[in-house]
Amino acid sequence: MNIIELIDNMRAGKEAALARLISLAERNDPQLSDVMQNIQPQLGNAYTIGITGPPGAGKSSLTNQLTQQLRQQGYTVGIIAIDPSSPFTGGAVLGDRVRMEDHYLDPGVFIRSMASRGSHGGLARAAKDAIKILDASGKDFILVETVGVGQTELDVMQTVDTVAVVLVPEGGDAIQMLKAGLMEIADLFVVNKADRDGAPQIVSALKSILHLKYTTSGNITKRESAGDEVWEVPVVATQGISGEGVGEMLARINRHREFIQASGELEHRRKQRRREDLLSQLQYLMRETLEQACEESDDIHTLVNRVVAGDDASHAVIGKLLPLTLDYMQNQSKKL
Amino acid sequence: MQRKIRVLIAKPGLDGHDKGAKVLVNVLRDAGMEVIYTGLHQTAEMVARAAVQEDVDIVGLSYLSGAHIGLTQEVINALKEAGADHMKVIVGGNIPERDFSQLDTMGVAAIFAGGSSYDDIIGTFNDLVAA
Repeated sequence: MNIIELIDNMRAGKEAALARLISLAERNDPQLSDVMQNIQPQLGNAYTIGITGPPGAGKSSLTNQLTQQLRQQGYTVGIIAIDPSSPFTGGAVLGDRVRMEDHYLDPGVFIRSMASRGSHGGLARAAKDAIKILDASGKDFILVETVGVGQTELDVMQTVDTVAVVLVPEGGDAIQMLKAGLMEIADLFVVNKADRDGAPQIVSALKSILHLKYTTSGNITKRESAGDEVWEVPVVATQGISGEGVGEMLARINRHREFIQASGELEHRRKQRRREDLLSQLQYLMRETLEQACEESDDIHTLVNRVVAGDDASHAVIGKLLPLTLDYMQNQSKKL
Repeated sequence: MQRKIRVLIAKPGLDGHDKGAKVLVNVLRDAGMEVIYTGLHQTAEMVARAAVQEDVDIVGLSYLSGAHIGLTQEVINALKEAGADHMKVIVGGNIPERDFSQLDTMGVAAIFAGGSSYDDIIGTFNDLVAA
């Protein structure tokens, strides 16, 4: 089946076509660039929400509950749920669906599991393309559930419109909350498993840290402010199993959406994202070409091997290596 | 890069024992495959829809209940209806030998009854996708 037909079928609601297009993205199929260029005019209608946080925090269950709420309001939902690939075998167990069983038969919900396949930012390399494909398929909301993250897997920030960081009462004390990284990317915090001991404490610790941030001058970044108005990151307590608090979670997400829409931040984020996306694709391609250069060019191979053997410091070789690799890349790009 | 094999492992019907399915999920993962597990008590329609959305190469159905003939036929029908009859269906678990030929006729690509070796299962999966 050709690409145009496949895209038409996807637009007509055929799930097999949608699924196949996402597979092309996952495989980095040669036809992918045609696909992406073709759907480009249809992008930007879906609103994307990232759900991130440590393993076992309840991201899948919350995604399930959020989907429930969105469906009740009549919206269609696409879900991308990412789990880690093994660094040893490349295999993966994708088990997030198990928590989303309520929606297996709902025609308004499309769930796709993805393995991270060597990406270390909490997402899969193809997740961004998969989001665009779901967007083009006409889904109103796209929920992106990351791999269970630690402190620095922050790719989701450059991928979605609103980021929800999910924490649990067992997650640590106020010092953990002062740390950079994960704690900085939240547009809202969700304290899940709020029926457990310590939940009220973590909610109030979070709130006081956030308050500190807003009362200290100078550290309000662009992404949080619109003119004189500042987006104060809310903290919501939820229970992913019962759905308690998820209504409020969605209300806060919607309010964030309105806020960044009005402030121009949404447009800014989306522009940033397209730029990042482009650069990271270039980087990926260059890295691949570099690997190839090390194999194929004798001059490059020799220099690399001196570093590999421990004879030369990498810093000392770079000066000679850079023009060689740039030449190699230029020759390669002529072949494209 | 070699194409990743994507597998769906499902437990159709009412039996509540998924230890075997979980062991298999692990074995396949360690063989480098991407394995989607959908949980217990799946209807044929649920299995087929998940298989389509996940665009898997192989749909593995695990049974200990004895209902493998009827349910497998339902899954095969549902896959066909969803335009996914190119996916290979394999059946495993508590499957008596007398049912093998009937499953075969239905279009099941491979059957793994109790006692099947992991190497055998992995090898068959690889061959099915390569074919």
